[in-house]
Amino acid sequence: MADLSIKIHKLELKNPVMTASGTFGNGVEFNDFIDVNRLGAILLKGTTLNPREGNNYPRMAETSSGMLNAVGLQNKGVEYFCEHIYPSVKDYDTNVIVNVNGSSIDEYIALTERIGELEKVAAIELNISCPNVKEGGMAFGTSIPMAEQVTREVRKVYHKTLIVKLSPNVTDIAEIAKAVEYQGADSVSLVNTFLGMAIDAHKRRPVLSTVTGGLSGPAIKPIALRMVWQVANAVKIPVVGLGGIMNATDAIEFFLAGASAVQIGTANFIDPTITMKIIDGINDYLDKHNFKSISDIIGNLQMC
Amino acid sequence: MNKKVSLLRVVRNIQLNHDNFRLTLYSEEQIHSIRPGQFVNVLVKDSPKTFLRRPFSIHMVDYENKTFDILVKAIGDGSNKLVHTKKGELIDVVFPLGNGFKAPQKGEKILLIGGGVGIAPMLHLGKEAKEIGSDVHFLLGARSEDDHILVSEFESFGVVYLTTDDGSLGVKGFVVDHPILNSKEEFNRIYCCGPDPMMHAVAQKAKQLNIECEVSLENMMACGFGVCLCCVTKTKEGNKCVCTDGPVFNINELEWQI
Repeated sequence: MADLSIKIHKLELKNPVMTASGTFGNGVEFNDFIDVNRLGAILLKGTTLNPREGNNYPRMAETSSGMLNAVGLQNKGVEYFCEHIYPSVKDYDTNVIVNVNGSSIDEYIALTERIGELEKVAAIELNISCPNVKEGGMAFGTSIPMAEQVTREVRKVYHKTLIVKLSPNVTDIAEIAKAVEYQGADSVSLVNTFLGMAIDAHKRRPVLSTVTGGLSGPAIKPIALRMVWQVANAVKIPVVGLGGIMNATDAIEFFLAGASAVQIGTANFIDPTITMKIIDGINDYLDKHNFKSISDIIGNLQMC
Repeated sequence: MNKKVSLLRVVRNIQLNHDNFRLTLYSEEQIHSIRPGQFVNVLVKDSPKTFLRRPFSIHMVDYENKTFDILVKAIGDGSNKLVHTKKGELIDVVFPLGNGFKAPQKGEKILLIGGGVGIAPMLHLGKEAKEIGSDVHFLLGARSEDDHILVSEFESFGVVYLTTDDGSLGVKGFVVDHPILNSKEEFNRIYCCGPDPMMHAVAQKAKQLNIECEVSLENMMACGFGVCLCCVTKTKEGNKCVCTDGPVFNINELEWQI
């Protein structure tokens, strides 16, 4: 049994497997399927200051080896979260991380302050990369000045671990990563979904109500892997890698590219028990290759 | 019963007509109280175009033999693969999912309306309703005679009325054109599953006649257990997930223009 534990800033993970926000509900939906406590961390559904109904149906399109979604941050707002969701997740024996969203800097700050009051929320993931909202979201993550500003302001009011979730819809993701690192981010997670589109040729209409949506699944894995590798080589803070991880081998590839932890997203939809298999598979890989610890393979890419 | 991911063995695969198949799936573990209207989410092997699972209504349950049936219509790549599953093969299924229909009362006269492959959940519902002691009537619609399947099975649990679009069997027209919905027959409840326009028409009729009516929706979904939030429908209480708050909704909950 290898040592799977890893630290992301102050966050102590029993293993490097997290769930990706928006694919794991609030954790409780998985209680029938898995022991949620076995996870390194759980990232809850994206939360906003005020309730959001999200976008109109259809919000999903299946694509080659992936899917597009345009949910648009449907959630009941932070007060509902504190009152109804937090009590059901606070006793999990894992790190609970809230994915924080806003349409303005003030909203990000107000939401972060409220979440900061919750003792058992170990970290926030600052989402500056949601492609499915009209205001804010990805706009913060695709401009260096805006990414810097939101990170700086949120950092001022948040003293636990701050992970910034980056958008891949940029020319140079490493530049954005360096910018948020400089402004005090403790870690970056990448990638969020790629902006994509699906058309129904028979109806000659877009499939999604919003026309465009975020692409996830194995279709994006090679690009996500490349971006994680670029960012891991550009920053000193730990990198959390995600994007199309469907099994333990995929996860290992992200560690080799330099990720200190991984998030499992779309794969949860297809196999709600997949995270457990991935944890076991990572351990098996380490044992098989005689590595004592997960740290031994992070960034351990053998260049020829 | 709790939701789970299981490998179930196909113990029967019967072709019902040109494009409909009835698959019987066997569970090693005991199956407990599956409510009519609940569904399963099936992983389709060897179909590169089918990335997500495919949802199917539970058509019939045999607790004693630890099996349940699903009806599969061969439409796309995934369903075409699935209908060729052979006896003895294992398929990966997440079940049971969704809320199910509200059970009728003893003595109530109920009408179960199914259109196309939407007839699937009505057999399990009809069987359980008959056991409760309800007076069960089925109204089944299809394009033509060849598309009507399993009629004798339905007849074992209640009175069956049929419509076809082309008039080749039963009453010509849509289910709402059938005299049973336009006569003095008084039903306590209507249950409906089928294409969206049909369910809207039935809902409108039920509203006019002031009959309790539940419909089973079929929105596209990614997960089936309430985390992706893709399959939402608009209700009077905001967006709700068809997979967990539904698939069955009372028509009064929905924001339908009826």
